[in-house]
Parts: sequence; C-alpha cells; structure tokens
Amino acid sequence: MILDLRIPMGLMFTLTGLILTLFGLSTNGNAALYARCLGINANLWWGLVLLAFGLTMLLLGRRGQKRLESHPPEATEEGHERRGH
Amino acid sequence: MLNLTSVDWLIMLLYFVFVLGIGFALKRSMKTSKDFFQAGRALPAWICGLAFISANLGAQEVIGMGASGAKYGLETAHFYGIGAIPAMIFVGIFMMPFYYGSKARSVPEFLRMRFDEKTRALNACSFAVMTVFSSGISMYAMARLIQALHVFDGLFRTLGWAPEGIFTFSIVLSAAIVLLYIFLGGLTSAIYNEVLQFFLIIAGFLPLVLIGLRNIGGWSGLKASVPMAYMHEWKGVAHASTNPMGIEIIGLGMGLGFVLGSGYWCTDFLVIQTAMASKNMESSRRVPLIAAVPKMLFPFLVILPGILAIGLPTPHTTTVEHTVNGAIIRETTVVSPQVEQGRGLVPAKINPVTGKPMLTASGQPLLDYDMATPNMLLHFFPTGILGLGLTALLASFMSGMAGNVTAFNTVFTYDLYQSYIHKGASDRHYMAVGRWATVGGILLSIATAYAAINFNNIMDTLQLVFSFVNAPLFATFLLGMFWKRATGHGAFAGLIAGTAAAMLHHGLTLPIEAHTGIHGGWIAVLHHYPSDMAQNFWGAIFAFSTNFVVAVVVSLATKARPEAELVGLVHSLTPKPARAHIAWWKRPEALAVGVLVGAIAINIFFY
Repeated sequence: MILDLRIPMGLMFTLTGLILTLFGLSTNGNAALYARCLGINANLWWGLVLLAFGLTMLLLGRRGQKRLESHPPEATEEGHERRGH
Repeated sequence: MLNLTSVDWLIMLLYFVFVLGIGFALKRSMKTSKDFFQAGRALPAWICGLAFISANLGAQEVIGMGASGAKYGLETAHFYGIGAIPAMIFVGIFMMPFYYGSKARSVPEFLRMRFDEKTRALNACSFAVMTVFSSGISMYAMARLIQALHVFDGLFRTLGWAPEGIFTFSIVLSAAIVLLYIFLGGLTSAIYNEVLQFFLIIAGFLPLVLIGLRNIGGWSGLKASVPMAYMHEWKGVAHASTNPMGIEIIGLGMGLGFVLGSGYWCTDFLVIQTAMASKNMESSRRVPLIAAVPKMLFPFLVILPGILAIGLPTPHTTTVEHTVNGAIIRETTVVSPQVEQGRGLVPAKINPVTGKPMLTASGQPLLDYDMATPNMLLHFFPTGILGLGLTALLASFMSGMAGNVTAFNTVFTYDLYQSYIHKGASDRHYMAVGRWATVGGILLSIATAYAAINFNNIMDTLQLVFSFVNAPLFATFLLGMFWKRATGHGAFAGLIAGTAAAMLHHGLTLPIEAHTGIHGGWIAVLHHYPSDMAQNFWGAIFAFSTNFVVAVVVSLATKARPEAELVGLVHSLTPKPARAHIAWWKRPEALAVGVLVGAIAINIFFY
C-alpha cells in the first residue's frame, strides 16, 4: 500500500502556513520588521495562503488515500513480473 | 546582514523532517528492484508530471535562470518557449510510446534494445559521468551560496565552530538528506520529494516576485527601469548584435530549440525516468505535457527576480544629516564596493586576492549574476517568510541533486553492473547494489563539488557539458525511432563523431570578451562568436549534424536489423494502440494542442 503524496504535503504546508500566520499576527504592526517588504505583513498574508493550500491538499489526500485503500492500483499493464532482460 | 530567527529555523527544520519522513514512510513499500528503481511503474500522471520539471528545477534553474534574467533580460524565456515546451510536447506525443512501450528500464537500455550493446555502454558511461558532474555542480553552487548568504554563520558562532567549515557543513548536510531519502524510498521517494519541492519553490518565490513587482511599480515600472532590450523576448533576435544574448534566430531555433532543448528533454534519463515511472502508457505520455503547463509559467517565477534585481536602484554609501534638538546627527549607510560597483542588486565580482572588483576584457566590472535571485530574497523578505524563501532555495538544490542521483543509481545498476559486472544475480542483490550506488554517486558528487569551477554563470557551464554529450544524442534517438534502417554501428559511430565535433568546435572558437581556455579556443581561434550562448548553440548544431550524417552513412554501409526485431521500437513498425475508449479531450494529443496554444500566447505577450 502506497502513501498518497497529498497527505504529507498538505500537512507540511498547513504547518508552515500556521507558523507564518501566527508569527505574522504576533508581529502585526511592527513597522521596522516589515519596512523591507513595503509595509505589507508578508508573513500573515502568505501564511494564510499556504494554510488554505495545505488544508485543501490534506482534504484531497485523505479522499485519495481512502480510494487507494479500497482499490489498490494495478501495478503494471502487462500483468506479470518481468525478469531481467 | 542576514539575521535569521527561530521562526526561519523552524520552517527549515519542518521541511527536513517531512522530506526524510516521506523516505521512511515509503521504505515499507520497497520490495523489489522495480519498486526501488522504477517506482513500481505505478504513479499517477500528475505526480510524475510535476516531478518531471522539478527534477530539472535544480541550481541551473532557480539561480541560473535568475542570473540569465539579470544578464540577458526576458530573452532568457527562450529557454522555456523554444528550449523546453516544443521538446516536451514532442517527447510526450512521439517518443514516450517507445520508451514506455519497449519496457526498457532506462534510456541506455532502450538504446541496447534498438541498437546494440556498445551504443548502450557508451551512453550509460557518459550519462553516469554527467549526472555525477551535474549533481556536484549543484552541491558546489549551494554551498557557495550558503556561504555568501551567511545562512549558517550565526549557528556556527553559537556552536563555537570555525566558519571555514560552513562549505563542508552545507555539502554534507544536503548530501546526507538526499542520500537518506533515496536510500530508503528509491525513485518513489525522489519523485514524491520533487513534487513537494516544486510546491515549496512556488511558495517561496511567488511572494518575492509579487513584492518585487510592487516595489518597482508593476510591469510598467519594471519596463521603465531596465534597458528596452531587456523586456523583449523576440525583438532584435534576427541579428546577433541587436539582442542581449548575442544570438541570431537560426542559432536559437536550431541550436537551442531543436538540438539542445530536445537533446535534454527527450533523451536525458534524469527527466525521462519520472515519465517512465507512471502507471500506464497513456499517463506516461501525459507526463511531459502536464509538466509543460507549469513550465510555461515559470519564467515569471525564476527569470523575473533576476530582471527585477537589475532594475532596482543600486545601493550607494549615503549620509543623511538631520537636526535633533539643535544637535546635528549624521547617519551614514556604508555599502561595500562589491555592492556599489554592481548594477541594481547584482553585486560585482571581487577578486579574492586584491579585494578589488574583477574586470572584463573591455574594462567593465564583472557582475556576479548568480547572486541576483538570492539578493532579492534578502532584500525583500523579513524574518519568517525569509526562512521559507531560503528553504525553497535549498529545496531547489536538493531536487536537482536527487534527480541526478536516482538516474545515476538506475543506470549504474542496470546498465553497467547488471550488464557487465555481475549478470544473473537475484533481484535483492540488485536492489542492494542500487542502494550502495546511491552512496557511491553522492560521494563522487561531493568530490566534484570540491573540484569546483571558475565560471561566471552556472547555466553556461551546464549548457557546455550538455552540448558535448547531449547534443549529438538527439540525432541518434531521432534516427533510431523514426528510421528503421539505422543500425547499431551507425549509431555508435555517429555518437563518437558528434561528441568529437562538439569538442573540436569548442576548441576552435571563442566568444568575444573571453580568454582562451575553458571558454574555448584551446586548439586555435578560428572564429569569434558574439556571446558564449551563441558558441554553445552553434556547437550543438555542429555536433547534431555530424552525428546525423555519420550515423546515416555508416548505417547504409552496414547490415540492417530484421524488421521483426524492431517492432515496438521504431515508429513505422509499431501498430497504433487502440484509443477509442478514451474521450478525445482526455487524449494526450488534445492536451498537447492546449499546451502549444498557451506557449504561443505567452511568447506573444513577451514579444
């Protein structure tokens, strides 16, 4: 049984998004920190984007994994193992 | 000065944990050598498609394309519009049926099936060397960048280690991570992590482009702040003297598009291996086409930071005077000569001995274009998202390295070890050999990284290597797949002649403003090219043509193989697969047309 990639990927982006969002919230209004990116709270906004992306992936991945568990993929088209050459 | 905080480290650490976690999670499903080397041939097309471009998204892409963007402007987008998209469509529609259908486990193995043993041996050996070399360059570039950005300086100070160890530390760290996840999960692990890296690179670079564009005043602001030629992909391309790359349309179309682009995307096992890992014929054909969709949009992500870096104002040492309660306060911002002599955010190259900026043959300061994209990251990102940007940069190096390593272990195990060293061993044995070949390949790459290169632009170095090895290759595959009369002797002689022609061409020509030696002209200088790009592209054309002519002549003079042996390997002798059961819009051909239309639209936009 193979792992649906979207689960670890979704998890990673969710966590990264969460870290950035929380950090962005805690530093909101810190003009010195955000001067270099034109006063935009880049951490907060991009954190939210990543959070949304991560959660979507996670959701799709969980559905994919369930499907994978109920119908394992056909390994190959030829149907039998190839030996050497 | 780079100031990383715990948030940045946390994000970087999180990435490392997930990359290794995927390796450990996949270890259970690695049962046969087919699982390890070919990902069981069971992956969905979209995963393979994203891995297909991510494998190529190494140092040459993120840093090199940013560097080219800073050096040549939007003309760099030709590496996408001409150099990649048509070749990706071609390989998906016309070549994957033979790669996948022949059940070859590697590109060299396909050459053995179609031609003969010696052609395979030649290709396998040169390919193995090339992958090790590429991954070594990737490692070297990464370690040098980490040094230049002072990423680990704080960490080393805290731990009380000597800063000289940063280069080695960076190499060992990245090598160990890539080694571990491939050792555990083989090609599946490499592909999964390449997809992860793909999204991470977007996550790290998209905000950079958005902030950079906003800062410079949007698209029109960017146009106003760089020379006009920088913002046109096609204008002035008719003649070498009227465009920044110094290349004319024939060299570009033939050299980059037909020979180098196809030589890379259609024959390099580094990318083909991901398409060969997909679950069936239709998805394997769809892999390069799916890959072409994000590839079309990548100029925005990787070239634009370089152009923005050139367009932004160059920092200068400034003194601001203001009066506070009657006292005059002078605030001086000191900028190093390296930065001040540069252009925009691209610093000048400093001679490490004299500490003065290095000059070109005509007395201009030599710019360190490779720093364009990294400097953009440092300039715009505050701590937090900076950690994400640096992680994305590391991810790009790792994905490039990993693709090379898995290609190396497969070719070494199947095409060298199983064929010439130890035949007929058990499947378990070959899987173990593959794992240890991974270790060996990485050690060799580390050695290459230390034997590093003194070139201005990584892209040019890689193009040079590819033009020696890959450029003649495409002729061999083209003849092999579409001309049933081509023979093994012809293919072999053609390859040797093509590579020799590439080397000879390089030895006899020189770009202007370059010194003889690594840039060419090491035999005698018979011809001057307007740029090193032009030299590379024309070298590729010579190599391809020589291979083509020699292969045809030798093939006609040698005995043809019986047609029955070539079924499934040559276009005219392979029956068309029945595809009536697939709706027309799901067929690879429909996707290909869509991609082509999109590519043309983008080229018109960039004109």
